[in-house]
Parts: sequence; C-alpha cells; structure tokens
Amino acid sequence: MANMAQAIRMALHYGEQNLGVTEIFGEDVGAPLGGVFTATQGLDKAWNAPLDERGIIGAALGLAWAGGRPVAEIQFVDYIFNAIDMLKLAANGHWASGGRYKTPLVVMTPTGSGIHGSMYHSHSFDSIASKLHGMKVVCPSTPLDAYGLMIAAIKSDDPVLFLKPKALLRSKGEELIPGEPADEKLLHGMIDAPLGDRTKWKAMWPKLTDYTVEIGKAKITHPGDDATVVTHGRMAPICLDVARRFAAEGKGSVEVLDLRSLIPYDWEAIKASVKKTGRVVFVNEETEITNFAEHLIRRLVDECFYELKVRPRLLAGKATPGIALSPNLEYFIQPQAKDVERVISESLADPA
Amino acid sequence: MPTAKAAKTPAKAAPAADAYKKLGAAKLLKIHELMVRARLLEERLIKMSKGGDGFFWIGGPGEEAFNVPLGLQVKKGSGVDCDFLHLHYRSAAIVLAMGAQPIDSLRQMRSVGTDPYSKGRNFVNHYAIPELNVVPVSPTIETQYATAIGTGIAQARAKTDAITVVNGGDAGTAEGDFHSCLVWANRPVLPLPILIIVVNNGWGISTAAATQHGEKNIADWAKVFPDMPGKTINGNDVAESWSALEEAFAYIRKNRKPYLLEVKASRLYGHSSSSGANRIPEADCIALLEESLVKRGLAKVSDFKAVWEREAAALDAAHKQVKSEPFPELETVWQDVFADGLPPSYPTKGGS
Repeated sequence: MANMAQAIRMALHYGEQNLGVTEIFGEDVGAPLGGVFTATQGLDKAWNAPLDERGIIGAALGLAWAGGRPVAEIQFVDYIFNAIDMLKLAANGHWASGGRYKTPLVVMTPTGSGIHGSMYHSHSFDSIASKLHGMKVVCPSTPLDAYGLMIAAIKSDDPVLFLKPKALLRSKGEELIPGEPADEKLLHGMIDAPLGDRTKWKAMWPKLTDYTVEIGKAKITHPGDDATVVTHGRMAPICLDVARRFAAEGKGSVEVLDLRSLIPYDWEAIKASVKKTGRVVFVNEETEITNFAEHLIRRLVDECFYELKVRPRLLAGKATPGIALSPNLEYFIQPQAKDVERVISESLADPA
Repeated sequence: MPTAKAAKTPAKAAPAADAYKKLGAAKLLKIHELMVRARLLEERLIKMSKGGDGFFWIGGPGEEAFNVPLGLQVKKGSGVDCDFLHLHYRSAAIVLAMGAQPIDSLRQMRSVGTDPYSKGRNFVNHYAIPELNVVPVSPTIETQYATAIGTGIAQARAKTDAITVVNGGDAGTAEGDFHSCLVWANRPVLPLPILIIVVNNGWGISTAAATQHGEKNIADWAKVFPDMPGKTINGNDVAESWSALEEAFAYIRKNRKPYLLEVKASRLYGHSSSSGANRIPEADCIALLEESLVKRGLAKVSDFKAVWEREAAALDAAHKQVKSEPFPELETVWQDVFADGLPPSYPTKGGS
C-alpha cells in the first residue's frame, strides 16, 4: 500500500499528465530532494523556489490568473503565517473582482503535530484557514483520500488549501490507489528516489487513473448508533481505532465521521449523524480557543437543539503558545488516544 | 485649466525639445486628451467622495504624464501573449489609456450594482479587467509585486514577447513583496520579463520618504542584479516618460529579463480622501505638457480648452447616468464566494 506522501505524489503526477498542472513549486520541492516529506519526488513539473513564502503564494496567484493550475507548497504550515496576506488575496480575488477572475490554485502544506516538531513544526492552522472565506480547505487522513482530494483540488476553479497531516505522511492505508501496484516494494522501486546520487534517476510511474473525492463530502469511517465523533486529519485514525475498540469491547457503538473537507464542511452528514445518535464529540488537534469545531457546535445547538440528548463536547489541543518538545509535554498538550477514549466515554455516560 | 508650478518639479529638467517634436503633434494631442480625461475623472471622484456620492477616494492625479504613455505602449488583450498589468490604486490613467471607460470608475465610486470591477464591493480605482489582463487591484500595499511573479513565470515559459508590468509606490518598497519581485525576477534559472515600476511621489500617506529611506534612488536596487537595468526618470515629463517606457519595453520584450524603472511624479491631491484630497502646490504635468506644446507651436491654447470642455461634458453625462443606476441587491453578496458555486448548506445567516 502507498503511504500518504506517495499518494500525493501520484496525484500530482496525474495532475501534471492529465489536468493541466504546469507548475509544482516551493522550498526544496524540486530535485534533488523532492520535498522535505518526499511528496514531490520525480515529478516533471516540480521546481525549487526561493525561500520566500509570500513570493510562493504570490507566484501561484499570478500563475492562476494567467490561466494555469499551479500547485505550490509551503514547507510547513508553521511558515505560512507571513503569507497570510497573500492567502487572503487568493481567497477573496474572485469575490472582490465581481467574479471576473477565478483563482484555480492549490497550496499544500504539512500540518499538525506528532513528529516531535516542537514550537515551529507542530502548528495546526484549521480555524485560521477557515476564516479565509473563498478558500476551500481539505485535510485527508488516508492515502486514498489524499489522492482523491488532491485531484479534486487541482480540478477546482477555487483556491484550495490542502493540509497534509505530517504525522500521517508515512502512514499506509487500507485501500489501493487506482493504478497502484499491490506490491509496495515494487511501488517503492518505481517512484521513490534512491539515496545518494539522484541525477540520473527518473520515476517509473504506474498507470494511474482519475479518482476524485468531492470537496465538501465527509466519510463515515465507522458506523455507530450511540455517539458521533466528528474529526479529521491526524485524529481521524486515532478516533477510528477507539471506535473499533469500543465496539469490540462492548463499550458503545460510536459513529466516526471523517470530515475530509473543512471548508466547505459536510453539514448534512454531521446533522444526520447527530440526529441519529444524539451525542457528539468533536476531536481535532488545534487549540481550544476559537477552535473550528466550536462553530460546528454552535450550529448544532441552533439547528439540532432538541435532537441533542446531552451536551456536545470538544476534545482539542490545550491553548499553549506552542507545542512543547519534551514528549510528556507534547502528549499532555495534544489529544492522545486515551483522551479520545475518556471523552467519548464521558459523553456516552452523560445522562440524557 | 491647471497652471504650471514648475518650481517643485521633483526630478530632472525637461528633455531636449526635439523629443516632443519626434513624438509629433497627433500623438501628443492624443496623450493630452487622455491625461485630461484621467484628471477630470479623478477630480470628479474626489467631488463625489466629498459630496456623499460615494465614500473613500484614492487615485493618481499627478501621474498622468507617465501613466498615459504606459497605457498606450502596453500590448493589450487577454492571455499570456498580451501584457499583464498588476496595478495599484493610482492607475486610472493607465487603464483609461488602454480603453477603460470613465463611467465604470464612477460606478465603482458610487458602489452601484453595475460596477463592473467589483459589483459594489471594493474601493474606487480597484480594477479587475480580464479582457485587458488587468488583474484584481488590491488595497493591500505592494502585494502586486508578489503576484507579478506568477504572470511573469507564465510569460517566461511561453513563446511570446508579452511581458508583465507591475506598478506601485515608493513607500511600499519597504515591504518584502517588492524585494520578492526583485529576487524572483532575477533567478538565474528563469529570469522573468517584468517591468518593475515604482512611482516615487516622495510620500507614504503623511510620512516623507526622505525620513524613512536611505536609498539615494529606489532604482539603485537594480545595481546588485547584473542583468536588470535600473533607471530613474522625471515622470512629470511626457516625452521623457514615453522614451523611457519605449526603452524598457523593448529591452524586456527582446531579452526576457526584468527592468526596474523609478518614476518621480507629483501627488496633486495628497494621499487620499482621508487626508482631505485638497490640491497640493506641486508641478502639474498637464500644464507642463500644454506649455511645451504651445512653446513648440504644436498646439494652441484654444485646442486645450475644447478638450477640457468636451471631456467635462462627457463626464457630466456619465455621472448623471450612474446616479440613475441601482445599488446592488443584498443577495448578490453570495455570488462569487466560490467559483464552483455556494454549497446549499453554507452558513448564510450571520449567526444564530
């Protein structure tokens, strides 16, 4: 099975071959490195940009206005803050121009914690991204979804921020990508750059096919009747594991909804699940103050107040100025599997 | 008609008389007509702002001697085979010289639904004209220098002589985006065909440039890039502006490399309506042109009078028309949020 970095790479290759992607760029995105997480190795259209995040987003914006479909990378989402002005322009350009200029660009960037990244390699950006109205925001949790969402992002006429959960970039999925060889060693030999001299290396791409995950559609990864967990990105597989364990141990039937898209979010899917279970826990790794899920909770209270059996709950990162390096501190600041278990158990135990 | 106040002409003396004769009466009178059109438009916009027929005004009266020749030398049209323009809010004379209509600026000033540039959403002089490759103008200072990189890349890749033009002010050169443009335009792996213009009026709102900038000339930034010419000109002089633009356009079209042009010009009505928008006693480029033409026997004072009267009458009619046009319907705010369309469950209530 491909890992998520390989899946993104294959989607970008599909994009440059079939969807008109002519520029894939960012810091260390081109040869020889092919991205610090290897997501751009071997691509024909990948190249290295100056170390300049504002220039990278500005270049993408200009390329999109010139009729292209660029994919730009910000090396870590922690570095995106100095480009916020440019992201805002990308997001509002279509509206500000009265619909006269479309902005079909993709900005991809590794997000979140889980790799001992300390202060500036662990940020989440969800709620800030969700305030860039006009920008679509997606965040996959499996390689197959990463493949399908990247293809959807490239096809979109809107700017799309593609958040790559950095702790999942090496994780493998449970489903093959369309065209992916079943033998992962074979795939590795075909598309992973060798160590050492790469000057003569060229990727041997499998025959990939179109596969689109519609932006704005969530996925039920574990059906259940007693409580709903709404999550995305790095926390999605953790929540799925907990739900499976709860089912196996008879602790409750937990439905896990992987949002996959934050903007637009799949409100109908959230509402339908919560109406069924009456209990809901939102789980993400962003800090709790003005957390993106707080908006969803407010809307649930407005629209599903009488269907809620108990109070909605949020499990999020603690509102510290950064993620600390020391593992015990990082695990305390960021939600872990045991915290997910605890909060779901508490929600299930809340008296209706 | 304005009067010349040449005492504060900010840069060099006027070029030799033959420069005007070389341009010829027909072209100079066409330039004069467009300069008058732009000046009267800006003065009408100021009047509208002060008279409650609109809100904030910001524009470029005083820059016509440079901006009209620029607009006339642009390779007009859409797509990478035509010049792209990344302008700022002092560029009315450029777009009028390219064929934009004054009535559309009046519409944007009054924020009526017929405003073609932003549907009543943005300040005046914030254009978005895809048929002329004028990309959306933003109120943010200097971001246009970052977006220019993108159209520059598209044109560097294409087999074309078309170029990217970026225009901004002196105060904004302190921002990183200006330096992003210089660095990206001079990347050895892909130099960019960009005419990088800085109009130096000596002010950033109320702050004198001389108190904040130690550079002798902004064009001196070109000295560190071996393949980028840099030049400082007197933008109050039509002939000097015309020939400097001819030289710069020709260099970039042929060599596919950038050119930095600093243009010293007057700011005749201050920064904006926020600073009163009252007439400042600086050199008036239209009066200087009229003097030059009369002195050389290329036109008579009565010729000018007819132009001023004709343009004023046209503006009166346009203004009357705009006053009869409706303001935008409320529901239009949901148009253009996303190019792919607004999802049915997108929150539109503004809260509970």
